[in-house]
Amino acid sequence: MTSTPADRLPAPTTAPASLPPDGLPGLDAAWSRLVVVPETPLVGALGWGSETHAEGDPASSERRTAQTPRDGGDRAARQAAGPRPGRTWHVLDTGPVLAERGVTPVGTLLCVHGNPTWSYLWRDVVAASLEAADAAATATRPEGPPDVWRVVAVDQLEMGFSERTGTHRSLRRRVRDLGDLTDALGLDGPVVTVGHDWGGVVSLGWAVDHRDVLSGVVLLNTAVHQPEDRPVPAPLRLALGVLGTSTVATPAFLETTLALAHPPLPDGVKDAYRAPYATADRRSGIGAFVADIPVGPEHPSADELDRVAEGVRRLDVPALLLWGPRDPVFGDGYLGDLLDRLPGAQVHRFEGAGHLVAEDVDVAGAVRTWLADRREAVLRAEPAAFGEQPWASDEPGEPGARAHVAGSVEREATTEPHGADDGHDGVVGVHVTRARVTHLAGERATVATPDGARAPLWRRLDELADDDSTALVEMAPSAGEGVRTVTWRLLARRVREIARGLHAAGVRPGDRVSLLVPPGADLTATLYACLRIGAVVVVADAGLGPRGLTRAVRGAQPAVVVGERKGLAAARALGWPGRRVSTTTLPAATAAALGVETSLPDLVDLSVVTDLPPEPAPTDLAAVLFTSGSTGPAKGVAYTHEQLAAMRDALAGQYDLGVGTGLVAGFAPFALLGPALGCRSVTPDMDVTAPRTLTARAVAAAVAAADATAVFLSPAAVANVVATSDELTAADERALAGVRLVLSAGAPVPERLLTAVGRLMPDAVPHTPYGMTEGLLLTDVTLDGIRAAGAGGMDGATSAGGADGPGGVCVGPPARGVTVTISALDDDGRATGTPGVAPGVTGEVVVAAPHVKDHYDRLWLTDRESRRGTPDGDGATRADVDVAVEPGARWHRTGDVGHLDAEGRLWVEGRLAHVVVTADGPVTPVGPEQRAESVAGVRRAGVVGVGPRGTQQVVVVVETDRGARRPGLANPELTARVRAAVGLPVAAVLVVPDLPTDVRHNSKVDRARLATWAEGVLAGGRMGRP
Amino acid sequence: MKVLVTGASGLLGRTTAEQLRDAGHDVRTFQRRPSGVDGAEDVLGSVTDADDVDRAVRGVDAVVHLAAKVSLAGDPADFRRVNVDGTRTVLGAARRHGATDVVHVSSPSVAHTGTSIVGADAPPADPDGTHGEYARTKAEAELLALGADGDLRVVAIRPHVVWGPGDEQLVARIAERARTGRLPLLGHGAALIDTTYLDNAASALVAALGRLGDDDGTVRGRAYVVTNGEPRTVAEMVAGICAAVGAPPPRFRVPGAVARGAGAAVEAAWARLPLEGADGEPPMTRFLAEQLSTAHWFDQRRTRADLRWAPAVSIDGGLHRLAAWHTARA
Repeated sequence: MTSTPADRLPAPTTAPASLPPDGLPGLDAAWSRLVVVPETPLVGALGWGSETHAEGDPASSERRTAQTPRDGGDRAARQAAGPRPGRTWHVLDTGPVLAERGVTPVGTLLCVHGNPTWSYLWRDVVAASLEAADAAATATRPEGPPDVWRVVAVDQLEMGFSERTGTHRSLRRRVRDLGDLTDALGLDGPVVTVGHDWGGVVSLGWAVDHRDVLSGVVLLNTAVHQPEDRPVPAPLRLALGVLGTSTVATPAFLETTLALAHPPLPDGVKDAYRAPYATADRRSGIGAFVADIPVGPEHPSADELDRVAEGVRRLDVPALLLWGPRDPVFGDGYLGDLLDRLPGAQVHRFEGAGHLVAEDVDVAGAVRTWLADRREAVLRAEPAAFGEQPWASDEPGEPGARAHVAGSVEREATTEPHGADDGHDGVVGVHVTRARVTHLAGERATVATPDGARAPLWRRLDELADDDSTALVEMAPSAGEGVRTVTWRLLARRVREIARGLHAAGVRPGDRVSLLVPPGADLTATLYACLRIGAVVVVADAGLGPRGLTRAVRGAQPAVVVGERKGLAAARALGWPGRRVSTTTLPAATAAALGVETSLPDLVDLSVVTDLPPEPAPTDLAAVLFTSGSTGPAKGVAYTHEQLAAMRDALAGQYDLGVGTGLVAGFAPFALLGPALGCRSVTPDMDVTAPRTLTARAVAAAVAAADATAVFLSPAAVANVVATSDELTAADERALAGVRLVLSAGAPVPERLLTAVGRLMPDAVPHTPYGMTEGLLLTDVTLDGIRAAGAGGMDGATSAGGADGPGGVCVGPPARGVTVTISALDDDGRATGTPGVAPGVTGEVVVAAPHVKDHYDRLWLTDRESRRGTPDGDGATRADVDVAVEPGARWHRTGDVGHLDAEGRLWVEGRLAHVVVTADGPVTPVGPEQRAESVAGVRRAGVVGVGPRGTQQVVVVVETDRGARRPGLANPELTARVRAAVGLPVAAVLVVPDLPTDVRHNSKVDRARLATWAEGVLAGGRMGRP
Repeated sequence: MKVLVTGASGLLGRTTAEQLRDAGHDVRTFQRRPSGVDGAEDVLGSVTDADDVDRAVRGVDAVVHLAAKVSLAGDPADFRRVNVDGTRTVLGAARRHGATDVVHVSSPSVAHTGTSIVGADAPPADPDGTHGEYARTKAEAELLALGADGDLRVVAIRPHVVWGPGDEQLVARIAERARTGRLPLLGHGAALIDTTYLDNAASALVAALGRLGDDDGTVRGRAYVVTNGEPRTVAEMVAGICAAVGAPPPRFRVPGAVARGAGAAVEAAWARLPLEGADGEPPMTRFLAEQLSTAHWFDQRRTRADLRWAPAVSIDGGLHRLAAWHTARA
């Protein structure tokens, strides 16, 4: 027999099951029961020597049968009283409580903990089951009573308060054990498995073997497959290396796991987790569990793991993956593998949460929401579903025997533990016959593409493939000296070549390709090549910084990273996933050091061996663009091909861009669409990671080089262009005089800056669009439009509404094809109103357009919230909206608050998260800030709330023209003037040397941070700097 | 309606009696010294004397019970005799004589210790969690009073830091200290505190009595914190009062930690209701220092909704009235 890591463990001991002690936080003794479960033999298993060593011991059998469940009438107990010895399990089970209350559950959540936890992990899920029962009994909710799910959360044998059987249990044994338990419990209704850590594998094993009753799977930080090209995670290698010591002899493994919670677990909860594992004897199962992890194909459990892993691919039930990315063992690679096996699964990565995701975030709530949303798919009744027995072919002599009371099964196999195969592997084949059609993540009603479907982004390149006019101009290409000009012919060819090369290199539709390439011809060609072959481009702004970028790239899990040497070095240093492709062919040693497999030139060479693959479908995923991170951790925003095409069309329509237009591409997201528009795109000479380095002369040179009539800039660039305008020569000025459109995108620009840039380009109309990564062009306003709005609002002067109105920044009327609505705030400051277009109503800005995002990547709950209360909403959050939208439009909640005016213009009043909710109702920050800034001597103001939501006090924090040396209270005169200007009850006015600004936009006050500071100071805390 | 106001020699008691009178009630006052309320029937006596109480309560329909021993130091037995036993005596007399409604005047300190209070409502009184004899006995008294709701209709009102013209406690002491240059500011003075302008506190008591009479049961057996609902920083309130009474603002600061150990007495008045029994100036206590260097402000939504009351005088309005009163007096 193969030597296994378990051989290095101390011999397991026996101990009866017991009930948990009273008083564990969050646990109710009424949920606990002991169940005696007859053990079916594991015939033919390549078991471990110790597996059955206690089986023949009559004394231990007797001891086990002497265990009686608390529930004297329990069926399992009666069966266990028969001749067959059983294993005693401790389970948390809401079944008896629900039965007592006369509540019939719709199904069962079968929860399986991992190592080294126990069913305590699921206490919130258990509690939620009973809360639902309460709500069903009492509530008169408009949407009807909630479904009640029975929860059965097991302590696996050798673990928690279940029996210590004196054996080491293999994965195969554990899967069978769980089946024995569910047989004993008679679980025959819809069952959704819920598993964490190695309990995830066991639960999936059960799922694969019980397709007839399986209705869904929920997985938390687990894995079913160790990719061949990845090492076993270091913490596990470590645990295996010192197996006996770390897992059994000392509580090190247990303590390490308990320390993985974010935030740290309260002591009482830690103690509860420790309760069943107080002594080395009690911890034997912890070591055995670690030892059972198949670290290689020769491991005894490897076959079973492979069987489960492959079986998962055939699970056609709804799936939910809840993931804590800060997990030293189950990293994002495993999430990617699971997604590959369960492509329809809904996924939420809880940024900041870790291995103990069930402790870190509200998993119970997420599961409840998912079950309600997916009710139909989960509960879809199929007549054949519950009659068919998965083991019918298993034991031909006793068809269906195990479906009955487990205790009646004869146990003839006990004496032949290593006999012939029990046919278990055949089970999967039998059950595939019951193909179940379910609607998975993609089922949201997708509006049919309108007649005359949008051309894909690469179509212009095909059309202009024989055109020798200029497509791209790089004023300062990173590789080489001088201006680089690329014709349409060359660009189209490069795109085809790289596309074929990527395909030849094995990049397949749906594979993610992270682009760490600065704007220019290489980026453009690679981007369009990826789109063409159906690979999903992942684009994150270098401005996120190494940490933000790493977080983003890890979350997106690209299969391939294309980058310049610098980017690849960073990727190497930061341990990013993915195969590496360099933009230029690197020296072999460098390539090896950076883990680079190939280069774009090599791919071009490789392209001769293959044809272009078929074009992807319009509804296929095309890109994941990361948000700037100015509103929380960067989120991946997913677009389909048709949504990107709609973006192109929106730009073209709004700004009259098309074939032949010369475009200075100083704002990356729009710049990349240049070739799709047929525009001649110029990348100016600038450091892309620092847009504020762009000079007026560089813009003029770019305009001249491409005879550009349109200039797209970022706000930071606009500021510097204006600041360096003194350097312009007469020739530069002549070039700029040809510009017809100048656009500053990314954040509102002060009117004076827009005015100043307009003076540099006298014939140009300055525009500033409002948008975000989730919808790049939502409204647009010209300089004249801002002035007409009476704003100056952008400079923080008086707003159109005056001191009485809500104020805000006027961002103009909706862009073409965009519907802008407002979801009114209620008294609690929540955007609960049905989206509408009534003027003067303040609420969350909710938009619909064909070029709005498809979804957030791996952020199911965030995505769900972003569609709440719209026709695109899920489950109970779906609502009709009585306004016209473009065909193919998708809805999106922006997280901004504002109002529409009588002319249909949108005024942005701040972020929803920054609304101050006073006893008199919600207060949006931008208007009061503008009014405070109108006070002489006030340079800038931030308005925040302190105290509990609903009774918050408004606090104004100001920077003064003179500049305060340290933070403190404003003097009485300034306080009085600010109060008078703001026109709302203001509890306090504070002065600071500098208001904190967010990382991305130096102009936006970081109100969240400011609020935390003000809260502390005004509670009597230290007067530090915000 | 015939209404008895106990403790009417104090500023809040007197003002409440006047407002009740102006609202058309037949008002009787009960305290050790004459109340000076025009048009009220004055019964002199002590709540510690059952016969005195009996005389006072006989024949009234309702009692607004303010009489209490307010101090931060003293013999615990005195606190108990006045605050707990006195309340029990008043409640017993009310029952015996057929009075129906009792507005029991309490204090936010019955439910809060010295830690900061940021937007809290009015949790139940907790004698064991309080600091000092005053708060402990007031907590017991409130529990007694609310426990008597049943045959009686009882509501407890907890006004927080009452100030106004004629205030010999807070205002007078701040003014006196400031004029003699002995007014420090604790810490940076940025802790937000709620206060209650005198007339508002009185009108809340009148409103509470009215709501008991509505007999919809909303306020019965409940406790409400009453404030102006306009928290201000300690520094701004102290400076505002100084300006209103023509005194210089505080010129020096005492770190909170120092104050907690020191005997700077000026702030003592902050925690005091201007009620009966101002016997001697209590020393600075750690509790007081914490009160003044940490936030103490409240959620007023339930109070305003249930009492159907809102303060008529803003903080700024109150300061103007205080200034006018001071000018007229000077």
